[in-house]
Amino acid sequence: MIVAGCDVGSLTAKAVVLNGGKILGQAVIRAKDRPEESAQAVFRLALDHAGIREVDLAGCVGTGYGRNRIPFVSAAVSEITCHARGAQWLIPGVRTVIDVGGQDCKAIRIGADGKVANFITNDKCAAGTGRFLEVMAGILSVDLAELGLLSERASTALTLSSTCTVWAQAEVIQLLNADIPVTDIGAAVNEAMANRVSILARAVGVEREVCMTGGVAKNVGVVKALERLLGTGVKRLRQDPQIVGALGAAVIAREKCAGS
Amino acid sequence: MIVAGVDIGSLTAKAVIMEDDTILAAHVMRVRPDPEESARDVMDQALSKAGIANDRIAYCIGTGYGRNHIPFAQAVESEIACHARGAHWHHKGIRTVVDIGGQDAKAIRLDETGTIQRYAYNDKCASGTGRFLEIMGAALGLDLETMGELSLASRSPATLSNQCVVFAETEIVSLVNDGRELSDIVSGLHKAMAHRVASLAKGIQMEPDVAFTGGVAKNPGMFKALEDALGVSIVRLDADPQINGALGAAILARQAASQAG
Repeated sequence: MIVAGCDVGSLTAKAVVLNGGKILGQAVIRAKDRPEESAQAVFRLALDHAGIREVDLAGCVGTGYGRNRIPFVSAAVSEITCHARGAQWLIPGVRTVIDVGGQDCKAIRIGADGKVANFITNDKCAAGTGRFLEVMAGILSVDLAELGLLSERASTALTLSSTCTVWAQAEVIQLLNADIPVTDIGAAVNEAMANRVSILARAVGVEREVCMTGGVAKNVGVVKALERLLGTGVKRLRQDPQIVGALGAAVIAREKCAGS
Repeated sequence: MIVAGVDIGSLTAKAVIMEDDTILAAHVMRVRPDPEESARDVMDQALSKAGIANDRIAYCIGTGYGRNHIPFAQAVESEIACHARGAHWHHKGIRTVVDIGGQDAKAIRLDETGTIQRYAYNDKCASGTGRFLEIMGAALGLDLETMGELSLASRSPATLSNQCVVFAETEIVSLVNDGRELSDIVSGLHKAMAHRVASLAKGIQMEPDVAFTGGVAKNPGMFKALEDALGVSIVRLDADPQINGALGAAILARQAASQAG
């Protein structure tokens, strides 16, 4: 049975086409003005990538911020459920899922029964979301992928004293003006990000195995700092961490089809 | 006896010179990178406005973020103490002072003698500080004065769903793209900021009369928005609300000097 999942977030849209235990196709695009357009575009790309047609699909589930505006889905499911399910598909027995998206951060604890036991979301404050890294990367004139690599090249450990993105921005500018190396500042930015995320994770209760999903999981500097702060390893995913929500949606689509 | 108060803030420096119970002169300027230089400059300007030499100042108290870098101050006091003292001097009935500075906001509750009973302070989050309006003004291409006036012209203020400065900035850009009236957007921003500051004041069980101090209090849109958010009318001070901290420092300087004999 071939199914699909579509995750329309605030900054990116993701789609996954699944056949049994195998991902046939996947796509990630920058979100367009309207969620409907983003959904259509990313869905087409994933279908093309899988080499199948829409009529071949047994079902499709939508998730994410724009999930109620995706025209072609049979159901919409919360991001929490989808991220949990996608992470479980990749790492059976995973108990803590930390998802850091472009404009929010979620910590999800999964019980021994495999169901979501507890979760916390921050979408009120830009600190601890992808937006924080985006702003800092802009000031440091590095792209997001480079920012993650700065941590291992840093020589002196620095700590940003501000949590607020606006104040931290001013602090980073001061550090640049004081000729502090970009590597050291970048490492401090990744550390600050991980620190903020770790507070959310601790509040939900961290249990092994732990994994990280969402675009920020591609930042190795943040992941390593988070491992240190939480005192536990963060399992690496064998797939792009950004597609986990869409993957979970596809897994749920398959269950729904099998059930009906 | 002539005394002075100097308030070195994050964005502006203020100095007030008092003779007995009268304000002789006051000055406000943008800070320079070096706080000592800001302190000297703002004091020199105030002295020249008052037409007196600096050796006539019997006592000077410093306050604000840069208070430990004022070379000529005999003592320092907290901003909370100075704002409370300044507002009480204006009007003995003031029970709550709301101060919004460039990078912080405070709510202070006083008793009838002007003694501080409680206070709350935010300098951790840029939302609800002067920086919020500054960033929004830059995003909209408007100066702060124009924003205040525009805000009052709104007939149906926009409702912002974000408090975070970073997220609110994105939100207003999409409001502009949606074709919302600029005055409605600006009024919505003032409402959002007033709401944030009002929660600080409510947290300390605000009581009337209320005074509003700091540079942001000069913005008539914000004045009105804060009155709406608090549900009370705010007492208008006779002097520039931005000098209130320096004024309080000068009053405390007078007390310190008379105690010293």
